[in-house]
Amino acid sequence: MKPNPSNNKLFKVSRRDFVKIGALGSTGLILGIPLGCKQDKNAFLTGREDAVFAPNVYITILGTGEVQLIAHRSEMGTGIRTSLPLVMADEMEADWTKVKIIQAIGDVKYGDQNTDGSYSVRMFYQPLRVAGATVKLMLMQAAAQEWQVDISECKAVNHEIVHNSGKSLGYGYLAEKAGALPIPSENEITLKDSRDFKFISKETVIYDLEDIVTGKAVYGLDVQIPDLKVAVIKRNPEAGAGMKSFNSDMATAIEGVSKVYKMEPTAFPMGYNAPLGGIVVVANNTWTAIKARNAVEVVWDKGINASYDSNAFMQQMQRSVQKEGQIKRQLGSATKALKEATKVIESDFLVPHLAHSPMETPCAVARHNADGTCEIWAPVQSPQWVRQAVAAALGIEESQVTINVTLLGSAFGRKSKPDFVVEAALISKEMNTPIKLLWTREDDIQHDFYHSNCAQHIKVGIDKNNKVTSWVHRTAFPSISGTASAEAKGPSSDELCMGVLDMPFEIENVSCESLDAIAQIRIGWLRSVHNINHGFAIGSIVDQVAQAREMDPIDNMLDLLGSDRKIDFTALVEGFNNYNVKLEDYPCDTHRFKQVVQLVKEKSEWGKSLPKGKGMGFAAHRSFLTYVACVVEVEVDDNNNIKIPMVHFAIDCGVPVNPDRIRAQFEGGAAFGASLALKSEINVKNGAVTEDNFNNYLVARMTDAPINTAVHFVENEEKPTGVGEPPVPPFIPALCNAIFMATGKRITRLPIRL
Amino acid sequence: MILPMEKFTLNINDQKVSIECAPDTPLLWALRDQLGLTGTKYGCGIAICGSCTVHMDGTAVRSCSLPISAINDKAITTIEGVGKDGLHPVQKAWIAENVPQCGFCQSGQIMSAIALLEQNGNPSDADIEQAMSGNICRCGTYIRIRSAIKNAATNKV
Ligand code: FES
Ligand code: FES
Repeated sequence: MKPNPSNNKLFKVSRRDFVKIGALGSTGLILGIPLGCKQDKNAFLTGREDAVFAPNVYITILGTGEVQLIAHRSEMGTGIRTSLPLVMADEMEADWTKVKIIQAIGDVKYGDQNTDGSYSVRMFYQPLRVAGATVKLMLMQAAAQEWQVDISECKAVNHEIVHNSGKSLGYGYLAEKAGALPIPSENEITLKDSRDFKFISKETVIYDLEDIVTGKAVYGLDVQIPDLKVAVIKRNPEAGAGMKSFNSDMATAIEGVSKVYKMEPTAFPMGYNAPLGGIVVVANNTWTAIKARNAVEVVWDKGINASYDSNAFMQQMQRSVQKEGQIKRQLGSATKALKEATKVIESDFLVPHLAHSPMETPCAVARHNADGTCEIWAPVQSPQWVRQAVAAALGIEESQVTINVTLLGSAFGRKSKPDFVVEAALISKEMNTPIKLLWTREDDIQHDFYHSNCAQHIKVGIDKNNKVTSWVHRTAFPSISGTASAEAKGPSSDELCMGVLDMPFEIENVSCESLDAIAQIRIGWLRSVHNINHGFAIGSIVDQVAQAREMDPIDNMLDLLGSDRKIDFTALVEGFNNYNVKLEDYPCDTHRFKQVVQLVKEKSEWGKSLPKGKGMGFAAHRSFLTYVACVVEVEVDDNNNIKIPMVHFAIDCGVPVNPDRIRAQFEGGAAFGASLALKSEINVKNGAVTEDNFNNYLVARMTDAPINTAVHFVENEEKPTGVGEPPVPPFIPALCNAIFMATGKRITRLPIRL
Repeated sequence: MILPMEKFTLNINDQKVSIECAPDTPLLWALRDQLGLTGTKYGCGIAICGSCTVHMDGTAVRSCSLPISAINDKAITTIEGVGKDGLHPVQKAWIAENVPQCGFCQSGQIMSAIALLEQNGNPSDADIEQAMSGNICRCGTYIRIRSAIKNAATNKV
């Protein structure tokens, strides 16, 4: 990559300021790094549009040589807490064993901290490199001064500055001197050549690895502070509905129960911050609280969604997509071309509601203090949003709220919603004591922000020359915004840009349409969001098109992608949203798209002959700016048991910052996709979710997940893009297409039932 | 049913500890709330996710569904107790494979894996699947879990 220092301005931090931001004070070099960034895909939901240009990350070198980096992103399994610091460490030639990572509290001074939308590495790669290179230069200048030599005779090697003569000085020794120097201007800074990277694009284990395998790592529920009591809440099965009466006599009779009281529910649509409320049970320990909750008797009231039936709703959506919807992208005349087509391929595709079910359920520790301030310890993806929500709920200033971010026992989007933390804060205030709020697995599965269920209809016309001439894609699903606003009647255009309006095929007649569907339960973003539904439908219909054209599915895909071009979606779609970045900065480049398709073909031994009951399927999808092609091998036995012996992913995510963690995301993404494809389904009857734990909300276990997953990188020096979400969308249709090859059965509805 | 508190003496990680709690208290919550051993995790509470796996006399058990009153003098080992002199070979194998993503399920996975290898030093793929299918990992680290177990079995670490 061409060294290109960004416009970000580093600045020196005084010791006093630094102590204020919460790190251990010490003499040495302290720099603040401003990472101005645009907001994420959820900004439209949260009203956080203002870009914050403030110092986000701090880098400190202590006299002992220890380098402290403050990580401002939440760790939920992606390795981000490791990947970002190692970018800095690489440029500054640090010894990784001397690097200590400190988790930032939630504060606007760190800029946007919402760890979501697969964008952390993408946003911060360049500024963090510049920061690391700046520190290195200052240390070199300090050494050159000390030795009275020219700086060109010095270089940085593994935590030391080494002179041509062989003498050397450690970073710890130089830190204070370097700290007294002015910050070099940006044109003095040279970034490393990518060939010289020590950590970037190399394998670095995650920072918390040993703590995790020894059980020492601290997640939300592991936080211990004095005088802690445990709370659980009994909730109306219909989210947002109230209660007529309750009787807590049996519950309060249990030894160790402190209080049982009513927290007023917030009516639907309640948004993402509001507590669901219900009957709060506070006790000395978790088991007592759970038992007492079981002993509370409640007569629930009905709310506005008391008749919501997800099955009937799906049928209604499916009927709606049979007719033309609101046209959001149009080219030529698809209707006319379809009339003239010699073959028309069409199918409906249905995807149910899904729950996040992170391994660690939502939980939070809150301490409301006598002086009106509040301190939180919680596994949250978006600590600043939580801070605002807690401050608003308690009626205090944001500056009176401190959010400590623990490790996250996975999240998948669930833990970017502040509701559960707000509940903990309110209970702590009510009880006047520190509170640990536990959502049991039942709470988690019955009261999630569910993935939008979705019905689609796709119709593809092929002319007499075997050319695809028309594409009609209709989708209906309740919008995420419907959780916060009764005005949201159906898919927003931002949501349609996840797999419908960004359709990349070179087809002359196109109509992309949406149909309204109203949210009647809390809806939220789940890993890969609407790309799950749309990737499934498109990846599946394209396989049917290949079959109709009697073409190899990969050749068919290459043909549909067409000529090499950067697709100007802004000219095709009004208000096109390219994952909140400019399309010219991160274009949809069909050349790069075709490269991943070709690479997966080559690596997967595509086309090899397979025995009966085995199949190979292909699909490719671009989401979160990353191109992914996937081949799945499947084995289906006579009892219709499905095994996945092998998965190949070919990906283009720009420069792979931490390849091992990228591979891990793809291995995990395939397993996550296996859950959605084979197992998971949320049903709602009379406004209440019928599943309540992992015995009926099924997820992939070792026996269901792929046995092997290989990840092949397209090598280039493009800007890095996200990898947390992009694996899921192509995996599901590739699996379905493999099942078709193995069994002759077309899958058009998830989860797969053979 | 309201059960009065009782005193129990348990043998946990080779130490005798006394606690006072209701006899139906699951071991999981006694470990976490009363003994400060938070390496054992809650994931489902109904013995189907494996996050809370510990050993009772060397056998993997789900501590969320094991009442304190059923333990008596049996030896309990938790993730904090497996690597008495440094890391256990299975923990080392986990590090060598860089298994964890979020890490939350991994104490339970490691406890199940150790129990498996203690009974069967050379498990086949089917043995591994059978022993490990009670442990859910939502991050999907199954591939690496499988190879870490194989490496630990063949002393590759
Ligand atoms: S918490 Fe015990 S098996 Fe899930
Ligand atoms: S590593 Fe996250 S649940 Fe297993």
